[in-house]
Amino acid sequence: MSPAEDGHTPDQRRILLDGILFLVGLILMLQLWLLTGTMEAFLGGDLEILWPAALASLACQALNLGLWRCLDQMEPR
Amino acid sequence: MQDHPPEFPSDKASQDPAALPRIGFPDGRPETDQPGWRRAFPIDWDRDQFVSRRDFTRLMILTGLAFTGAQFGVGLASLRAGRARPEPKALARVEEIPVGETMRFHYPGPRDPILLTRLSAGVFVAYGQLCTHLQCPVVPRPELGRLECPCHNGWFDLAEGRPMAGPPRRPLTRIRLEIRDGVVHATGVEERTA
Repeated sequence: MSPAEDGHTPDQRRILLDGILFLVGLILMLQLWLLTGTMEAFLGGDLEILWPAALASLACQALNLGLWRCLDQMEPR
Repeated sequence: MQDHPPEFPSDKASQDPAALPRIGFPDGRPETDQPGWRRAFPIDWDRDQFVSRRDFTRLMILTGLAFTGAQFGVGLASLRAGRARPEPKALARVEEIPVGETMRFHYPGPRDPILLTRLSAGVFVAYGQLCTHLQCPVVPRPELGRLECPCHNGWFDLAEGRPMAGPPRRPLTRIRLEIRDGVVHATGVEERTA
């Protein structure tokens, strides 16, 4: 779907793109928080949380990739 | 007051339309109809910002990918660390350590310094000597009932090894001890989060 065909005015599209950008940033911060928490747990010998946290980070990454794909389609080149 | 910046002599050659590169201007008019300042600065701010946003988002995605990779790296490191079970090791005879004194040993490996302290007649504690903040060696202060990290003024409780003040947030690594036949043995390492 090209930017001209998505039925949004430029202002609407800009708001949507800013929202996507905000979400991507938020998810990135969540990933950073997961990583610091994981490191802290690992250094403290708490190994049970590591793989669930890694899977959660992977899910966040998949979500971010989906958002990026959406942004890439919506944004005019 | 000047409306436009002055044109430079070196720009005169570029005023020949045939010699100019084809550039799309924001108002859609041809380059020959553009004022001098626009020819010198043919940037469409809106379009430029859109491109920057796409690139910025791509950078964030790649950063997130690095975070995810690091997560899995930590997981793999944990698999290796989880398998290691240190062997028990005799540290010292009970009578070799007076009450209130601390001795330094290495356990489980030769590069893992630990501090063994005799708190009372029958109570021994041992901790890894490396501060949980930035791995500086901690110094026992038995007269204060504490361990001090002099690098960043961190303090730990001598009885439990828990952080009391300064930058450290995690307790010191605790060494499990057993007394067999009058000899203090280290039997394991206990990392702690709180």
